[in-house]
Amino acid sequence: MDDIDRHIINTLQTGFPICDAPYRQVAESLSINETELLTRLQALLADGTLTRFGPLYNAEQMGGALTLAAVKVPTERFDKVTDIINAFPEVAHNYARNHKLNMWFVLATETSEQQRQTINTIEGQTGLTVYNMPKLKEYFVNLKLEA
Amino acid sequence: MLDARDIELLAQVSDGLPLCPRPYAQIGMAIGMDEAEIISRLTLLKNQGLIKRLGVIVKHRPLGYRANAMIVWNVPDGLIKQLGRHISRFSFVTLCYQRPKLPIWPYNLYCMIHGKDRATVLAQLAQLDNACGLANFERQILFSRRCFKQRGAVYQAQQTQETANG
Repeated sequence: MDDIDRHIINTLQTGFPICDAPYRQVAESLSINETELLTRLQALLADGTLTRFGPLYNAEQMGGALTLAAVKVPTERFDKVTDIINAFPEVAHNYARNHKLNMWFVLATETSEQQRQTINTIEGQTGLTVYNMPKLKEYFVNLKLEA
Repeated sequence: MLDARDIELLAQVSDGLPLCPRPYAQIGMAIGMDEAEIISRLTLLKNQGLIKRLGVIVKHRPLGYRANAMIVWNVPDGLIKQLGRHISRFSFVTLCYQRPKLPIWPYNLYCMIHGKDRATVLAQLAQLDNACGLANFERQILFSRRCFKQRGAVYQAQQTQETANG
């Protein structure tokens, strides 16, 4: 990754134009040509620096349900429980964290009813209590990681 | 608010935009819509907030962001809105939410900080403490030890899912 790549990433985290020739517009603002921009984006996607290039949706406005949940997993069962929980397609993110509540995951479902069912099923399969912490309010942040 | 054509369009772009000079025209070819209609529908979906953002979604680790902390505070309900708004203005804060307190977990204000390493994250947290007056509230700092799963948004015609950035 060189300075041009960093510049591309930083610029495209703030948005992408919706117009006939959006790459040309972005390329001009970066003082490179359109072909170079496309080639570099392709490479950044291929090497895994970028997860995706496209839209980020607002799940709740789409009618979906998102929540953050945590479980307290006994150390000796950690790998087993990880496998069980990650096998659910509804589990979007899952992190081990340094606390007694040591596994934190995000559940994305189409409805809140499915969210409740998924939590029940996870509790049934793991024998652990799932603590559900749905968001009450989101404070807007301008998500941008300086490359 | 969403009609059948919007759903078809969202399903088509959910995996990503094509990398070619006229990406919206190419999307249109796949679903039988012309470029102008794609542009006007996407603009509307963006303005309505259904599309939060269009652009690149980065992986934290390749960019050198190796530390990620979830910090939670127990703050009085009356102060939460003001504190949430203040915290979310800092550029290193990547998410900020109010969540319900539970008996086992009496915290209601959450934020995520992604940093190059733990020391950087802790220094940024100290900055938040000072600027927002958070030092006296009970809190927990949960660094991630391992990331097991981080997948992007999934949106299909029959399915609605999104994921926040971890």
